[in-house]
Amino acid sequence: MKYLTEFRNGEIAQRMAREIAAITTRPWKIMEVCGGQTHSIIRNGIDQMIPSGVEMIHGPGCPVCVTPLELIDKALAIAALPGVIFCSFGDMLRVPGTEGDLFQVKGAGGDVRVVYSPLDAVELAVKNPEKQVVFFGVGFETTAPANAMSVHVAKRRGLKNFSLLVSHVLVPPAIAAILQSPGNKVQGFLLAGHVCSVMGYWEYPPLAEKYGVPMVVTGFEPLDLLDGIRRAVVQLEAGRHEVENAYERIVTFEGNRAAQKMLAEVFEVTDRAWRGIGVIPRSGWRLSEAYREFDAEERFHITGIHTQESALCRAGDVLRGAIKPAECAAFGKECTPRHPLGATMVSSEGACAAYFNYGRFLSAEELAGAKTVVSGQ
Amino acid sequence: MKLIEDKGAPDFSGWTCPLPLVGYPTIVMGHGGGGKLGNELVEHLFLPAFRNRALENLGDAAVLDLPAGRLAMSTDSFVVQPLFFPGGSIGELAVNGTVNDLAVSGALPKFLSASFILEEGFPLAQLAAIVEAMARAAAAAGVQIVTGDTKVVERGHGDGCYITTAGIGVLREGIEVGPRRARAGDAILVSGTIGDHGMAIMSVREGLEFESQIRSDCAALNGMIAEVLDAAASPQGCAVHAMRDPTRGGLASTLNEIAQASGVGMAIDEARLPVRVEVQSACELLGLDPVYVANEGKAVFFVAAEAAERVLEVLRAHPLGRDAARIGQVTAEHKGMLVARTAMGANRVIPTQIGEQLPRIC
Repeated sequence: MKYLTEFRNGEIAQRMAREIAAITTRPWKIMEVCGGQTHSIIRNGIDQMIPSGVEMIHGPGCPVCVTPLELIDKALAIAALPGVIFCSFGDMLRVPGTEGDLFQVKGAGGDVRVVYSPLDAVELAVKNPEKQVVFFGVGFETTAPANAMSVHVAKRRGLKNFSLLVSHVLVPPAIAAILQSPGNKVQGFLLAGHVCSVMGYWEYPPLAEKYGVPMVVTGFEPLDLLDGIRRAVVQLEAGRHEVENAYERIVTFEGNRAAQKMLAEVFEVTDRAWRGIGVIPRSGWRLSEAYREFDAEERFHITGIHTQESALCRAGDVLRGAIKPAECAAFGKECTPRHPLGATMVSSEGACAAYFNYGRFLSAEELAGAKTVVSGQ
Repeated sequence: MKLIEDKGAPDFSGWTCPLPLVGYPTIVMGHGGGGKLGNELVEHLFLPAFRNRALENLGDAAVLDLPAGRLAMSTDSFVVQPLFFPGGSIGELAVNGTVNDLAVSGALPKFLSASFILEEGFPLAQLAAIVEAMARAAAAAGVQIVTGDTKVVERGHGDGCYITTAGIGVLREGIEVGPRRARAGDAILVSGTIGDHGMAIMSVREGLEFESQIRSDCAALNGMIAEVLDAAASPQGCAVHAMRDPTRGGLASTLNEIAQASGVGMAIDEARLPVRVEVQSACELLGLDPVYVANEGKAVFFVAAEAAERVLEVLRAHPLGRDAARIGQVTAEHKGMLVARTAMGANRVIPTQIGEQLPRIC
């Protein structure tokens, strides 16, 4: 806990917030890319502490949220197959597909299991040679090394009954896509600390240079976030656009070389569809030729997927930072964590779920009479 | 069936399998029939462990002597996995769970029933350890297990051992507590650290190994609650308006439930929540919030503000309440909702969870 509690000091946080207020002369819009940061900002009320002119825009960095609907539907289909043990991280289980979620597949008799590491799924494959074990490998660069390791180990052990349903996405192309979009409002970025712990931040200076935006590698605790925001504001006020590291206790410029080597061996860059956003060229990873035999999509040949997104859901606009969750007409009405229309309402990192769970949509008066909101979940 | 062999494993040293049971090291279908095998279980296992006058009659129903007045009754089923965990077993849980439900209703728990659903093949040594744990827990809580039942299901149709207990308690004179009685202005007290039980179970169930072992807080609260109620009594009535043991769904669910039942708001200060370092660390690791994690030996009290410090002192003087804390107050604002002041000074709503908490991807 040592490295957590000391970054959660309320007094220092207040002081840092005052410091940000003192240096801010104009309104700025800063995007935190990572859903973990969104969660922490809303949970701790960081956005309430900073001057109102500094607006935090919540980015697309929630792996659960951006996993394409088609892949969720494939996951549901594979998980329902007899003889399959379908393994996933916990928060994928409630993500809505076109028809239902993994919990419903489990309830209907599918063997769906929550694991804490993809290597646990590999062990399951070893112990259950008569079953096909599939791991749902989603996420950004952060979760990729462990997923890569799982197929690497499976190959080394000659496993024929392990595969990865993989949909990895990458941060730098997403940032470029946001900056290129015509309605872009984002003027500076907090880079995702844990992504950079794997990848370093050598990929970002060309982006900062090309688009003229400052970028600060930022951690997840309240003081980390305030420091990231402060550094971004300092640069914006001075008209600078550099890449800075405010998460030095974890992140180096080069990143984790061993992990990057493993990633380069196991994955190759591919175009990826982002749920709610669309296809971003060269924005994801799939298994490389050498590991293609472990691709669950190849192994199970699921066809006949007809996806249909909710017509009401504006998750895409939320993920692009175009609107705040509460500005969606369905928010808190048709769409709640109990009945999510989009993935952003499901994951604890999803911006809509963060807003809903922490009651950020309520005004003081509404808070006073807000019983219906809770009982209506 | 897996017996977790660590510090939380049962102590078999004091138990010897009586001769007639030796032939069957595991539960067989016959143990649930009305015949000899079933009788042997009763005579050689349940009776010696739970021994009391009402049970010894072995009638179809226990006949009880109770004082005149109001009674409280409660029942609960226990299906925990693993059956043995650091800090206890399904046996302690089955006794303490029902004892605590009676105690937080303002009753003095007196008698329990215990029904076992056993899976064919379940090791008798484990059943014996569970029964011994129940006997110890009942003795510690001052209750008697006066009637019971055993059924056996075929292998694969159960999870080793399920237990259902029901309990009867005698309501204390002059005590009117209930979930609808919390009032604006009441202080909210919690009797100790939160999240211990849930994280103890999760750490063994998921095979997560932490540097220091997290132990379940499983305990009978009736003794501590009796002392609290003594201290809270006054000519104007009892200063404790509501009590609850925050089991499944944790502290947050309890506070939300009472807020909705009483038509009041709950405001707590996150910085005051007592959480063990190892529990907080495990929660951080898994992306869980300790306010939603189960407890099995804690109570939350809603107490008139003027009596709050007095009650807190009584709690802290009790071995089960050493870490008791005043964590917030009941409000007339934001009715039906729980609002927490964060360590950063901002406010956040803590809603009721939809289902189980799900560990995060990253």
